[in-house]
Amino acid sequence: MNIETLIATFLTLCIFSFLYKDNPFYKFAEHLLVGISVGYVLVMAVNTTLMPKLVNPVFKQGELGYIIPGILGIFMLLRFFPRYTWLSRISIALIIGAGAGVAIPATIQARLFSQMQASMKDFASIDGIIIFLGIASTLAYFFFSKEHKGWFGATAKMGTWFLMIFFGATFGYTVMSRISLLIGRMQFLLGDFLHIIK
Amino acid sequence: MQRIIPIIVCFIFGAFMLVQFFVPHRVSVSAYQTVLDWMQIIFVFTLLVGVISYVKLSSKKITRTQSGWGYNLIGLAGLVVMVIFGFWKGTGERTPFLWMFNTIQAPMQSTMFSLLAFFVASAAYRGFRARSWEAGLLLLVAVIVMLGRVPLGSFISHWIPDSANWILNTPSMAAKRGLYIGIGLGTISTSLRIILGIERTYLGKK
Repeated sequence: MNIETLIATFLTLCIFSFLYKDNPFYKFAEHLLVGISVGYVLVMAVNTTLMPKLVNPVFKQGELGYIIPGILGIFMLLRFFPRYTWLSRISIALIIGAGAGVAIPATIQARLFSQMQASMKDFASIDGIIIFLGIASTLAYFFFSKEHKGWFGATAKMGTWFLMIFFGATFGYTVMSRISLLIGRMQFLLGDFLHIIK
Repeated sequence: MQRIIPIIVCFIFGAFMLVQFFVPHRVSVSAYQTVLDWMQIIFVFTLLVGVISYVKLSSKKITRTQSGWGYNLIGLAGLVVMVIFGFWKGTGERTPFLWMFNTIQAPMQSTMFSLLAFFVASAAYRGFRARSWEAGLLLLVAVIVMLGRVPLGSFISHWIPDSANWILNTPSMAAKRGLYIGIGLGTISTSLRIILGIERTYLGKK
């Protein structure tokens, strides 16, 4: 048995020990996971973004325009100095503002038009009519400018049924995805470590 | 000035990114890409803020030998080792960085997520009560979808996986699209409020 399997088994069991109760083995694994994950994200972010998009363009290709985001990035780090914290707002404002500008057309295309287009495609079938009724009633449920009474209230009520179906299906799907991960870990413990199953 | 400059920056970049979508000129597209690069660069620095905060917090606990300081030391050691390996030996195949990821991080991450299977099941057992017609419907759909995703479901009856697929593709899809359209409308209105400077919560209180 190789050292990798032993380490992975030990850490897997440390985390599963939480099923009994919180204990030093779990805390050890938990903190190790946090530290290593932070290190991983940091290294990948520097290697895939900071080097090719900031350091190389400025120092190797002489594209001085990229100094601006570098300065704005340094503004972010000034959050640790109370006197200059406000400068970080400029960097945040750029991200938030540009993000909002990108979001509007992207949302219109992906969330509105494409969803409506897909809903109208099979309008001739029973399933298509159910989908149309589901969308209309779900939207009616979230429309609070009109009181949920009469025919509108009945439509909104139907919207809650569709929402319940959606929540139930999503819950079932989430549970099954977690169980498939659990099966994967069990296969590792019983197969790679104990060699009981192949 | 401390609030006005960020609002102006937000408006200029927001309006540019919005208008650019309708101007498919080479210069406009290039400027759009440059702003996206800028956003990514600043985002890495925001990540650095998080890392520095984590290091500061852990170091404080370690130097003051507060309760549980040993665990903080382990976390910090993991971070330092990962960073040293990553920058010293690279992140490619057969590097210590990738070895650490495959041997330590990936198994722990998937185990951590698999733990949720137990807690979700336990929470469902305690929380799911068919007290009303809607709650009963939610419970029934969850059971059908769960059974429909495993061989046991088709072993009991082919009706179960068929129903699970129909639920996912028709009524659940309808509600999902309704939610997506609602989220889309909310995103558009919030984005407009941000660009126009009506929504300013990102600036903080002072």
